[in-house]
Amino acid sequence: MNDSAVIDAPQASPQETNSCFARFVDVQKSYDGVELVVKGFNLDIQSGEFVTLLGPSGSGKTTCLMMMAGFETPTHGEILLKGKPISGLPPHKRGIGMVFQNYALFPHMTVAENLAFPLEVRHLSKAEVQQKVDRALAMVRLEGFGSRRPAQLSGGQQQRVALARALVFEPELVLMDEPLGALDKNLREEMQYEIKRIHASLGVTMIYVTHDQTEALTMSDRIAVFNDGVVQQLATPETLYESPDNAFVATFIGENNRLMGEVVERLDERCEVRLDSGERVIAKPVAVGGAGSRTTLSLRPERVALIADDGDAERYDNRFPAIVKEVIYLGDHLRTRLELCGNDEFIIKTPNAEGHPSLRPGQSVTVGWTWQDCRALDA
Amino acid sequence: MSQSPATPLTTADGVPLKVSLRRAVRRSKLKALLLASPLLAFLLIAFVMPIVDMLWRSVDNPEVSTHLSRTVQALQGWDGESLPEEPVFAALVADLREGKEARNLGLLSSRLNYEKSGMRSTISRTARRLRTVEPPYREALIAVNDTWGELDTWKLIQREAVPYTLSYYLAAVDRQFGPDGEIVKVPEYLEIHVELFWRTFWMSAVITALTLLLGYPIAYLLATLPLRHSNLLMILVLLPFWTSLLVRTTTWIAILQSQGVLNDMMVAIGLIADEARWQMIHNKIGTIVAMTHILLPFMILPLYSVMKTIPPSYMRAARSLGGKPLLSFRRVYFPLTIPGIAAGGILVFILAIGYYITPALVGGQSGRFITNYIAYHMQTSLNWGLAAAIASILLAVVVVFYLVFNRLIGVDKVKLG
Ligand SMILES: Nc1ncnc2c1ncn2[C@@H]1O[C@H](COP(=O)(O)OP(=O)(O)OP(=O)(O)O)[C@@H](O)[C@H]1O
Ligand SMILES: [Mg+2]
Repeated sequence: MNDSAVIDAPQASPQETNSCFARFVDVQKSYDGVELVVKGFNLDIQSGEFVTLLGPSGSGKTTCLMMMAGFETPTHGEILLKGKPISGLPPHKRGIGMVFQNYALFPHMTVAENLAFPLEVRHLSKAEVQQKVDRALAMVRLEGFGSRRPAQLSGGQQQRVALARALVFEPELVLMDEPLGALDKNLREEMQYEIKRIHASLGVTMIYVTHDQTEALTMSDRIAVFNDGVVQQLATPETLYESPDNAFVATFIGENNRLMGEVVERLDERCEVRLDSGERVIAKPVAVGGAGSRTTLSLRPERVALIADDGDAERYDNRFPAIVKEVIYLGDHLRTRLELCGNDEFIIKTPNAEGHPSLRPGQSVTVGWTWQDCRALDA
Repeated sequence: MSQSPATPLTTADGVPLKVSLRRAVRRSKLKALLLASPLLAFLLIAFVMPIVDMLWRSVDNPEVSTHLSRTVQALQGWDGESLPEEPVFAALVADLREGKEARNLGLLSSRLNYEKSGMRSTISRTARRLRTVEPPYREALIAVNDTWGELDTWKLIQREAVPYTLSYYLAAVDRQFGPDGEIVKVPEYLEIHVELFWRTFWMSAVITALTLLLGYPIAYLLATLPLRHSNLLMILVLLPFWTSLLVRTTTWIAILQSQGVLNDMMVAIGLIADEARWQMIHNKIGTIVAMTHILLPFMILPLYSVMKTIPPSYMRAARSLGGKPLLSFRRVYFPLTIPGIAAGGILVFILAIGYYITPALVGGQSGRFITNYIAYHMQTSLNWGLAAAIASILLAVVVVFYLVFNRLIGVDKVKLG
């Protein structure tokens, strides 16, 4: 069905190939021959990097991981590992460690036997196996748990064993499919730290799948935001948060106010947008066309300021009156819902600092923001 | 335990909590009992009572003590060294006279005939001549039939006067009591049951192994295929359940007999000569083929129910850890299916050793099971005690298998889907 795509698939140049550890080149995948689950997926991963695939459920993250591990074959495109295509390589020859969402610890083996499995199939000597198993158990701080069965461990401990098992045979690449999905919040944070620590100490390359954006932001070197089978943006956590390329990324990462409108005038580095409710806003054009095209304005709640009567109103290019609808007290900051420009889901976050005005529902206020913080994205 | 023991907890209407709880529980227990009672009654009549009756019959031994009561009485204290004295013979004549009157000498004579061949004709001949027999009875009876002059005859009567006997069990394993009460083998030409027991067991084991071999891959497919395909496959697996056992068995006759479909085809393609058609029915092959086919679902379903619970991620994990497909299967998947194998195995084996119709129809002489001899003893030889003893041995084997299985695997693993 994708004849044209097959013909003009970009050929990875040797120079490009050498520079990175793992590559997805224009990978497509369809399970049923009708629908593409992954459409033209491109990703370059440097050696030692921690890359996260982040996206909503059903966006094809697991599918990509399974193709890397060799359990699914790409319908089109190529996956390269250290410059070599691996599509012909069966899973057991790829040498990729994998942590599954439900750990997939073998229930009929003890923890030590689970860890020994990848070493035994590689025909290591008994002494070597023993030594590596011990070292792996120490790495995840589970010394003394070797003779237990997986069912006799807590969720977090099982998670550690799964991690140790994926690392014990010293793979250069480790894939993790929502490894912390089944843990509660505290344990999850602890394990995030643990995984980062191990990543840093071993220097392995990791591809990590999650749909928890906080997890992605705190752990990753780079994040590939997935939607609908394509990478929407591949960037560092900071770039992703501060300058999302499109409306999906802006909404998916962090909290975000959206204002719909139409570009009136576009200059080099700023543009003027007329909102559907009539107001005019100065914004930074990121992913919009010329005058007349539809756009979504994206604005982080913490970048919207309450403007005091006397103060520095001139600092803000955009200033609008608003009515307070709801105030939620969150300790270190206040989350306030406003009605502004006909949108009554407009959220602002204000630090709970000394001298900050206290707001009450029904109160009229003025808010403002700079044009740089207001990004004009695709509609 | 209560906070204030002085005032026990009560419900709103003042009834003590414990009383009202007991009342509520009793009501629901009664309801459960009521719902289950038709089945319980049915099981009692159709299952428990026949088994008890069977076990009883396998040891019950009333014939000699009731129909020769006077003789038995007179024989008390007999040393067994020399022929009994006149009073014993007189008692025998009295017993036989009464038995002839009541027309129940048949039971007695066949019972004694099981133990000593020739006793049936001895008794019937003696009974016919009773009118002419005059005292002294000892000489007269020996004159009628010299069996009465043998020590063994009287030892037999004395031995079988007890109300319970093991002789049916001995017969079931081709043994009998010798003249002095010792256990000896039956003559070689009468040996039949032990061989049949062994044949039943090893053929059942072969059938179990074959169903496992054929069923394992199918169960795996059932558990791993997408639902749409696996449903179709499941229907194919269950199809045999919807066809009569008799139809399926006779179909095998049509296929396997020497003028049957399979032989015809092999002759047609020149694989075998017309005069050298294979004998595949009315022998062991016929029994094994037909029973493997019939019992296959009982292997597939427990296997499937276990395999369904094994997430595909185990095999994937094994592969990603570097296990070659076969090794991953052997070390990871296979061990997890052992409860299913054991469950299917015990189910098929137990069903197989109790199978009757199929071996009877397609087994011929050499492919017959011990069950066919149970039927033979019940319907033809009318030796119900022996039939009961053989059946009890089978029951004991099943119970032993069940207990071992329950000990090793747990009977709750047997699920059909
Ligand atoms: N074996 C399969 N056969 C057919 N369709 C599949 C199969 N596996 C996944 N899909 C479909 O492919 C799409 C992507 O699935 P995938 O498992 O990659 O999503 P995901 O991003 O991992 O989602 P989640 O966050 O829920 O795990 C989904 O629409 C899913 O229904
Ligand atoms: Mg997934």
